[in-house]
Amino acid sequence: MAAQPVLVPEPAEALPDLDLGGDQGLLQWISSVDHKQIGIMYLWVALLFMLIGGVEVLLMRVQLAVPKNTFMGPEIYNQLFTMHGTTMIFFVAMPAIFGFATYLVPLMIGANEMAFPRLNALSLWITFFGGLLLYFSFLAGGAPDAGWFNYAPLNQYNYSFRPGIDYYCAGLLLAGIGTVSAACNFVVTILRYRVPGMGLKQLPVFVWMMLIDSFLIIFSFPALNAALAMLLLDRQLHAHFFDVQAGGSALLWQHLFWLFGHPEVYIVILPSFGILSEVFAVFSRKPIFGYSFIVGSGIAIGLLAFGVWIHHMLAVGLGNVVNGFFSASSMLIGIPTGIKIFNWLATMHGGSLRFSTAMKFAVAFLVEFTIGGLSGIAFAIVPIDLQLTDTYFVVAHIHYVFIGGTLFGLLAGLFYWFPKMSGRQLSERLGSWFFWLFVIGFNGTFLVQHVLGTLGMPRRVYTYPDLPGWGTLNMISTIGGFLMGAATLLLVYMVIKAIRSGPAATSDPWDAFTLEWSTASPPPLQNFDRVVPVRSARPFRDLKRPGDADWLKPGKKEGYHEREQSVD
Amino acid sequence: MRSIFSAATQEAARLNRLDTYFIVAALAVLLLVTYLVVYTSLKFRDKGNGIEPKQESTNLRLEMLMIGGPTVLVVGFFFLTITTTSAILPPAGTTTPVVLITGHQWWWEFRYPGTNVQTANEVHLPVGQRLLVVGTSADVVHDWWVPSFGLKMDLIPGLRNHVWVTIKKPGIYEGACSEFCGQQHAWMRIRVVAQMPADYARWLQAAARPAVAAPSDSLARVGGALFAHYACSSCHQVRGTLAAGQQGPDLTHFGSRSTMLAGLLPNTPQNVTRWLTDPQAVKPGAHMPRFIFGRDSIQALTAYLTQLK
Ligand code: HEM
Ligand SMILES: [Cu+2]
Repeated sequence: MAAQPVLVPEPAEALPDLDLGGDQGLLQWISSVDHKQIGIMYLWVALLFMLIGGVEVLLMRVQLAVPKNTFMGPEIYNQLFTMHGTTMIFFVAMPAIFGFATYLVPLMIGANEMAFPRLNALSLWITFFGGLLLYFSFLAGGAPDAGWFNYAPLNQYNYSFRPGIDYYCAGLLLAGIGTVSAACNFVVTILRYRVPGMGLKQLPVFVWMMLIDSFLIIFSFPALNAALAMLLLDRQLHAHFFDVQAGGSALLWQHLFWLFGHPEVYIVILPSFGILSEVFAVFSRKPIFGYSFIVGSGIAIGLLAFGVWIHHMLAVGLGNVVNGFFSASSMLIGIPTGIKIFNWLATMHGGSLRFSTAMKFAVAFLVEFTIGGLSGIAFAIVPIDLQLTDTYFVVAHIHYVFIGGTLFGLLAGLFYWFPKMSGRQLSERLGSWFFWLFVIGFNGTFLVQHVLGTLGMPRRVYTYPDLPGWGTLNMISTIGGFLMGAATLLLVYMVIKAIRSGPAATSDPWDAFTLEWSTASPPPLQNFDRVVPVRSARPFRDLKRPGDADWLKPGKKEGYHEREQSVD
Repeated sequence: MRSIFSAATQEAARLNRLDTYFIVAALAVLLLVTYLVVYTSLKFRDKGNGIEPKQESTNLRLEMLMIGGPTVLVVGFFFLTITTTSAILPPAGTTTPVVLITGHQWWWEFRYPGTNVQTANEVHLPVGQRLLVVGTSADVVHDWWVPSFGLKMDLIPGLRNHVWVTIKKPGIYEGACSEFCGQQHAWMRIRVVAQMPADYARWLQAAARPAVAAPSDSLARVGGALFAHYACSSCHQVRGTLAAGQQGPDLTHFGSRSTMLAGLLPNTPQNVTRWLTDPQAVKPGAHMPRFIFGRDSIQALTAYLTQLK
């Protein structure tokens, strides 16, 4: 069958009557319901909060550079570490993921819009205003200071009487509603608006991961939102859900929080897994190895994610049987994660690797994430967890997962898709500088923290005694932190410079495989007039190499079967 | 250097075996992945000849290997987890704890069941015996952790938790509160004084004695009167006197402790004076009010407190 263009599915409902083609400046952005503009705004929100969260953590690192430092007192430090964690999770990682997904999911499935464009805009703005509300607490009598995990009963009014925690509840509730609605939007978009010919087995891996991710959000965020509402009732209306003195339960908060919190760490890693799967394939010039195993292990991780929350609570004394059960379920997650690592390696194997900045981050990810994954397994082993939980070893672990995992994936995605989004090319030379600076700074900051944890340094302390080794290791960590800060500024400079005066990008600068590269860079308001026919997971490559198209090799490879087409 | 690897108890020694196995296995996996990453990156670099690589996309045998390898490791370590945990953390049953720890914002209370002994921040324990240590909290969640003893336990209001320790050698072991508990979480450090059973018995006997009711030194005597007269006695206990408060640390034998304020400062007369002059300047947030004393009164209180041996 010859390559035949197919029609693009559209949302049934017309978009609001706005002249989005005309240039109305900022107004056009803030009133936009176009998924590409909303996606880009999500990314700007993430960048803004990343700079804020970064400044917060650098101030903290200054305080910790030497023992018994008096640069700041506990009051400020505790607010900073609380805000840093909350910001990075809810207002950097989540918006960044949604930014990429909102921009790319419709493009990758050959649709012109998200299923609910106005809901899409609402999700963005409600998240952004949730962040503003959280930060307003600084002006309203003090930011929250009981940690991003905000344990009961410390979060109760009699221990934290300043309004910070009320802002924490309100801000996160608001953002949480935005998050859940965005997730619903993705589910409907992915399930209903794929171009004809694109079955679930032809979905790009990134879209698959977003689908799983959205289900994780829909099932986990309600636990958090309920807990936040209960806490607000406790604090404002003297309910006693978490008030031990009045018969409430301190552990109830921990259960609800981690019932959300554990899936959350997979919520922020799965999209990166998706991004990396695209990057590894394209820059190895091979199909992703073990498509169905990569997707299947993603689903397995999604299911297991709900059965492991107790591993954040192994020290609370639930008993050996309970701890043993959750130890097993937590270790099990190592298996699907391992599968992914080895499948990416297999994707590279035998390929023709092009080390663009995106690919550099992807390859570095493999090593950094393995470190974070292995220390995660350490915490699944109950007695080791009982040694090391709540020490700097945990700080090292989560950052190897969040930065070495999530952020490296997002940065790979940024370098990969930037030409598509902006029509400009980022400088590969500066990109290389950025990469090395960031990787060195990152490992300098966090590698030594493994040692600090084993030396007995608890986390969340604003200062520490002058014990052997502690000062030196903390100083190294602080220097590493500032290297990362410098790298971040370089990134901002690169991005702005590229937008202003970068060389124009072609529509397909990487010789890529998926549909988003078949339209212009940046794509027109209406993404596609016509979409290339989809008969395999690499439709755009099929089009470019008709003689070697995947769909011509039926039955040979999983995930690449020709699907029955309804081309009309 | 004191770390989790310098096992001071039999439980920690047992646990360190597991640590060693895990570190070996983890390093092996990390080395394998790193080797594969470096090897493939170098070997399969784009040669620039434009030849499309073989479009291989799956291999069932390889996938089985990818699943099988991690599975073997996981099963092995799960087995070790269960055996180690049940060996070092059996249930408490009906055994009487040697000490009952209560975490407070931001100091430690220690009571020795079966005696009237109560102390703060520094705890004495005998070596060579398997001891049950039980803990709870008076306010928020705290966590008891001495790295070289192996396990930590959360102290949760309304619940009781336990660890077992069999200390091997006399000495001083340091630790810290390990669960964020508010403003001064950083200064909630732990000091365990491990003693030979005979020394411990002697200490326990001395600690059970009430404080000297009427100090010989006249300045201290004035201090004692002030202590009883002012609000001190409503929060602090000095056994043998009228002071019986329970909000703050027990001060009966305060003078025999080496540190004060949960590890923040060495226990010297100067530091006691500093603390009494302005608690918030020394440990911001600490739940002890500032009293507007004259210098003389502070000196008298200091003299009184330091002779409480
Ligand atoms: C003038 C009267 C008082 C004197 C002489 C006094 C003396 C002391 C001393 C020497 C310590 C250090 C104890 C240690 O390191 O183990 C201390 C700590 C403490 N005191 Fe007092 N105290 C007085 C009044 C009070 C009152 C009225 C309260 C209760 C409202 C109180 C609550 C506390 C608390 C909670 C701590 C622990 C602080 C921390 O480490 O975070 N004290 N006091
Ligand atoms: Cu504490």
